[in-house]
Amino acid sequence: MTDVLTPPAPEAAPKPPRSPWRDVWDQFRSHRGALAGLVIFTLFLLAAAVGPYIWRVDPTFITIRARNLGPSWTYPLGTDQLGRDMLARMIAGGRISIAVGLTAMALSLVLGTLVGMLAGFFRRLDGPLMRLTDLFLSLPLLPLLLVMVMLFRESLSQRFGPETGIFILIVFAIGITSWMQTARIVRGDVLALKEREFVLAARSIGTPPGRIITRHLLPNVMSPIMVSATLGIANAIITESALSFLGLGFPPDFPTWGRLLFDAVDYIRDYPSRVIWPGVAISLVVLSANYIGDGLRDALDPRIRGR
Amino acid sequence: MLTYTLRRLLLSIPTLIFISLVIFLLLELAPGDPLADQPLTIPPEVRERMRAALGLGEPVYVRYWKWLVQFFWVEPRVMLDAWLGTAMAVGEQRIISWQFRAPVFDVIWQRLPQTLWVVGMAYIIGVLIALPIGIISAYRQYSWFDQIGTFVAMIGFSVPTFFTGVLLIVIFAVNLGWFPSIYDTTLRVTDWPSFVRQVQQMAMPVAVLALYNAAQISRYMRASMLDNLNQDYVRTARAKGMTEPVVVLLHVLRNSMIPVVTVIALGVPSIFGGAIITEQVFKVNGLGQALIGAIYANDLPMVQTLAFIFAILIVLFNLVADVLYGLLDPRIRYD
Amino acid sequence: MKLKTALMGAVAAVALAPQAIAERGADGHVNIIYWQAVSILNPYLSGGTKDIEAASMIIEPLGRYDNNGVLVPWLAAEVPTVENGGVAQDLTSITWRLKPGILWSDGTPLTSADVVFTWEYCTHPEGGCAQASKFDGVVSVEALDELTVKVTFAGPMPVPYGPFTGGQGPILQKAQFQTCLGAAAPTCTDANFGPVGTGPFVVTDFRPNDVIQMAANPNYRDPAKPRFATVTFKGGGDAAGAGRAVLETGEFDYAWNLQLAPPVLAGMVAAGRGKAISAFGTLVERIEINLTDPSPSLPEGERSTRKHPHPILSDLRVRKALSMAIDRETLVEIGYGQAGRPACTIVPSPPNFASTRTDCLAQDIAGANALLDEAGWVRGPDGVRGKDGRRLSLLYQTSTNAVRQDFQALIKQWWSEIGVETELKNINAGVFFGGDPGSPDTFQKFYADVEMYANNFDGTDPQAYLSAYRCGNEPRPETGWQGENINRYCDPAYDALLDELARTADFEERGRIARQLAEMLTVESYTILPLVDRGRVSAHANTLGGVVLNTWDSELWNVADWYRIK
Repeated sequence: MTDVLTPPAPEAAPKPPRSPWRDVWDQFRSHRGALAGLVIFTLFLLAAAVGPYIWRVDPTFITIRARNLGPSWTYPLGTDQLGRDMLARMIAGGRISIAVGLTAMALSLVLGTLVGMLAGFFRRLDGPLMRLTDLFLSLPLLPLLLVMVMLFRESLSQRFGPETGIFILIVFAIGITSWMQTARIVRGDVLALKEREFVLAARSIGTPPGRIITRHLLPNVMSPIMVSATLGIANAIITESALSFLGLGFPPDFPTWGRLLFDAVDYIRDYPSRVIWPGVAISLVVLSANYIGDGLRDALDPRIRGR
Repeated sequence: MLTYTLRRLLLSIPTLIFISLVIFLLLELAPGDPLADQPLTIPPEVRERMRAALGLGEPVYVRYWKWLVQFFWVEPRVMLDAWLGTAMAVGEQRIISWQFRAPVFDVIWQRLPQTLWVVGMAYIIGVLIALPIGIISAYRQYSWFDQIGTFVAMIGFSVPTFFTGVLLIVIFAVNLGWFPSIYDTTLRVTDWPSFVRQVQQMAMPVAVLALYNAAQISRYMRASMLDNLNQDYVRTARAKGMTEPVVVLLHVLRNSMIPVVTVIALGVPSIFGGAIITEQVFKVNGLGQALIGAIYANDLPMVQTLAFIFAILIVLFNLVADVLYGLLDPRIRYD
Repeated sequence: MKLKTALMGAVAAVALAPQAIAERGADGHVNIIYWQAVSILNPYLSGGTKDIEAASMIIEPLGRYDNNGVLVPWLAAEVPTVENGGVAQDLTSITWRLKPGILWSDGTPLTSADVVFTWEYCTHPEGGCAQASKFDGVVSVEALDELTVKVTFAGPMPVPYGPFTGGQGPILQKAQFQTCLGAAAPTCTDANFGPVGTGPFVVTDFRPNDVIQMAANPNYRDPAKPRFATVTFKGGGDAAGAGRAVLETGEFDYAWNLQLAPPVLAGMVAAGRGKAISAFGTLVERIEINLTDPSPSLPEGERSTRKHPHPILSDLRVRKALSMAIDRETLVEIGYGQAGRPACTIVPSPPNFASTRTDCLAQDIAGANALLDEAGWVRGPDGVRGKDGRRLSLLYQTSTNAVRQDFQALIKQWWSEIGVETELKNINAGVFFGGDPGSPDTFQKFYADVEMYANNFDGTDPQAYLSAYRCGNEPRPETGWQGENINRYCDPAYDALLDELARTADFEERGRIARQLAEMLTVESYTILPLVDRGRVSAHANTLGGVVLNTWDSELWNVADWYRIK
């Protein structure tokens, strides 16, 4: 590395030793897109978290005489076909959609990375784990979900209440059916990485496998994992809407972004704004998550960080 | 490599049989009734007799065994009969769909052309767009090209096809009248005008799907290229005086292909799975529509057969991906 | 200007004149779209509406119901009655005479043997015929001569018109189907996909669940019909796409059953390319009330059975209050528009059988509140009523469908105004309407307090439909959860009246009894809360003439008369 040859800057010496996380943050901050992404994402999180306490309108309250209205002071985003306030629905929907998107993505990412890493690194596990992946890839999704809903809906909603029960079920359903791609990608990368010189070197000095995985392999497969993560959020939000549409998701009085978008598609010509709000919200969350992922990847890569 | 491939191929047979069993049991367990879409005016006793006529009275293992025999023994011979003009399987029980009371494979052959045309074409176009976009985006990271590419890709991925499809129909079919909103599966391309009509009816579904595919693949391409562009060997190659195109397109690209090959190989079987929502929006009525229709109608023989063909393709293309890894990076060895 | 209009009129008259003497196939091609695709063209193997209606263009029954619900002769020379001697005095047999000279599309003559064969085909024990209930009570069908068929019943049949009428009872050609009896039925793919018929069209290409191509039947009995030479019958997609293709882009001429939100449909019609037409039949969207306890705390096998009466809904006053809180006019306005009418009865037509009581129509929140107070349900601090430590809380389930979810939301709100808490649940339609006894979510199992769906009856006589609510006909574990008495309703007076209806032949008297039965279930006991009398909305292009929407039979019943307006 050429950086090694440059003499240390004179003013570096008096400074206290910097923590690596400080470096990461500095690098992250210098990435304008990532910063903007972080701001937007935080705004969405805030809106979902405190929004209901500021905009105190019940998202399920029906005002029959105020159907299909455009934006006004009473209804900043207009109303839907039953006269429910769109802003309140967007806030309530954002809560569920963001929560489902993040948790389901995290679950599928952890599962996928774990399976991919183990299969790629330990030759003996490769066969069984990849055949398991093949099995999951080839199971028809809808019957699988129907079975899961039939088996677990009642017991989960009795134990955790209808809302949390369904939430767990949906997150689990989406997570369990979307980890395979990440697993295949991570495995492919690991297969190539573990033959590289630095891994061989680590191995030859007796580094235990667990350390090799966390110190040497994981950082090097971060970028496809980050891409999977951003795509995973979008995928989870949209899959949730498909589930609700099929009657496998949240109870019908729970608005979610995916569902708001789906319900509005029929009205696309007469009330286009109703499609635009949830569509823009989903896109913005995904886009900001993507930029955060980009920034994180750059910030975590020591080769880029110094530049 | 050859022995590895052969060993994997042999090993995939028990794997596939196990997968078929799991699919069968899953479908068996799933709630549902092939008569759910029949009107409520049909009384319960009549329904019971209709179920018996579908063979639902038999035990599960008998039905599974029958399906296995029909899939692996009867259907291949029927296919051979059709090609060679022989009569090996005349009069034997084929896999019969519950919805149509017709052989499942006849329907699959009927559906294949439009699925390959629309979904396959969209996939090829998607890949062809995605690769250069991914490469340029990575090479010129944070340029305006990269920013626009990222933006379009993320929109393409985060806006579901049920929305983009309807949007395109409203703009191009209803308002402008350029393209038909309904796909004509009976159209045969015989001359120039019919070719033009085929292109017209394919334009919108292909555009919707290609955008979605390109969005996904270009992101992986870009990320993987970025990882490799900063590697030492790139610096070495440049130092040796290689031209930039050689460095990027030969060295970096080859080393960046592994995740991209994985994603592309995973996507190929899904071509045959069809694109359920897009096919529905544009009424393409391909294999995706056949599968979802069969699932809704609880047409188990049809779902089982389609899901199993899908499984074969997945196992096959994952093997192809594994072989390609070895070609892309000779250090990867499996034995 | 006046002159020009007059001239145009004259030109139009001239242009129209040749149509009167136009010949078969003169109007070219017609495109029909059904958003539920057709799977098979044999109505005896599938009871789906889409399959029956597509088949009705090809194969025909002896008699059809017209758009007023009146039975008209189709392949028969006349409708047999007691007056014309076609129906025996003791009501135990009916004798049909075929029109002479009718040919199948392959050129062979239609005979009484084909009619007899159709009966044999459907009643074969291994065939699993979807229309078997049409032949309930039939002892024999015999050919008296080439053109005469006698159907004999086990006992007196007040309405002997079940067999061989309507879209569900077309005649199959014996020559084509005679090797397809019983277990062999599904092996006859060619016959099931392209039956030889007497109707105006013949199949040239059938792709299941996709598209049917048809051509005019060269042997059709009227030499001037059908006016269209070829037909494309496309399936698939959704109602919005079908509506768009007819009303907005003009690619198709006829779209079936456009279940769309009223403003969406209105927007499409505004494009000016076509018209939406509607007609009413017997389909009623309703809330069914569970009279038994569905509580999950009960052991499996006792939930929702008559062993445990419902702790809340067994009280008539609660059921009545639930009905009073609903504003049916608003439901129609939001969900169905021109395709709906508020309903207080489950038998909305024909007029002879339809109850005229409208006392459920006015929404009365105050009255409902008073009724619940009277029943001892007192409002708690959160506004939800309670009694003896039990909250007035109901689980309300239905199938997944945009309109039904809107209805759920509205009704939940009205019920909250009378202090009733409602938990909503929607279930995939395939599971909800599927009879899988292993699933907890079927409408027969009814593991909920109230549920919403639509039901109707075939033909014009509601006897079989009303008999569903007989005591003992309820779904229960012993019957594998099969049964039609969804509410677990049980009233000896009702059963006695049903027996009286089965004995009565007089038309007026049957009407009186049927009205009384329907009222016992609805406005008197509030066991069923009818919501909307759902009509059918279809659309046709402005250039398609001759369409008469019919809800009593196939929508395409008069497709032979359709023509192109030039």
